[in-house]
Amino acid sequence: MDAAEHKAPNYIAIWGMLAVLTVVEVAIVYFRLPRRLMILSLVFLALWKALLVALYFMHLKFEPKRLLYVVLAPLPLAVILVIVVMHGFRMP
Amino acid sequence: MTAHAAAAPRAAATEGPIGVHTQKLGMWVFLVSEVMFFTALIGSYIILRWGTNAEWPEPRTVLAIPITALNTFILICSSVSMVKAYAAATKDDQAGLKRWLLLTVLGGATFVSVQAFEYHHLIEKGFLPSSGLFGAAFYTMTGFHGFHVTCGVLSMIWVTIRAFRGKYEGGKFEGIETIGLYWHFVDLVWIILFTIVYLI
Repeated sequence: MDAAEHKAPNYIAIWGMLAVLTVVEVAIVYFRLPRRLMILSLVFLALWKALLVALYFMHLKFEPKRLLYVVLAPLPLAVILVIVVMHGFRMP
Repeated sequence: MTAHAAAAPRAAATEGPIGVHTQKLGMWVFLVSEVMFFTALIGSYIILRWGTNAEWPEPRTVLAIPITALNTFILICSSVSMVKAYAAATKDDQAGLKRWLLLTVLGGATFVSVQAFEYHHLIEKGFLPSSGLFGAAFYTMTGFHGFHVTCGVLSMIWVTIRAFRGKYEGGKFEGIETIGLYWHFVDLVWIILFTIVYLI
C-alpha cells in the first residue's frame, strides 16, 4: 500500500487544471476567435482535459501496459467507424 | 511509467493475464464498448452537421453556455471527490470514504437536476427533439449521457450504502475503484460532448 500512496497523483492540482481549462474554453467561445482557430483550440482543450481524466483519475498512467492496449484498441475502430459512415453518407 | 510499483497495493490486485483484478478488467472492457457507442453518436453529429447542407443554428444562441459550464465544473468536482473516495479506501480510511462518496452522489445528482431544469427551460422556449436536426441530435446525445449519469448516481447510492455497512473495510477497495472508472468515464464523455454540442 505504501507504493500506491507514494505514487498517488496530486488530485487537487488536476482538478485546478481542469477548472482553468474549462474557463479558457468558455472564454474562447465568447472572444469570437476566427471560426477555424476556435474549433481547433476547443478540440485541443477537450482532448487535453479528457487525457487528464483518463491518465490520472482513471489511473491509466499507472496501469500495466497490457491494460493500456485493451483500452486503446477501440480508438482506431472508432476512427474507421466515422470515416466509413462519412463516405456512405453523401448529400445529393 | 513504472507501472508495477503502483499497480500492486495487494497481491490479489495483479491476478490474471492482463495484470489487473478481474472487476477492473471487466469494467474496462465494458467502457471500451461504451467508447464505440458514444463514437456512433458523436460521429453522427459530426456528419449531420458538417456533411449536410442542413440549417444549423449557432448552439450558443439556443443553449445556455454559462449554466452548462458550471454544470460541467460540478461533474468534474464529483470526479475529484470520487478519486478522493478511492484514495481513502486504499488507506482503509472509512470516515473519509463515506464522506467523499456522499459528496460524489451529491455532485452527480446536482448535475442531473440541472440538466432536467435545462430541458424544462428549453422545451418551454419551444426547442424540442423535433426542432430540426440540431434538436434531435442535442436531445439524443445529452439524453443518453444523462441516462448514464443517472445510472451512475443510482449505483453510487448503492455503493455508499455498502460503505456505510462496512463492506469496504480492511483494504477491500476494488469495488470503489471499479465504479470510479465508470464515473470518470461518464465525466470524460461529458467533457467531449460539452465541447462538441455546446461550444463549437
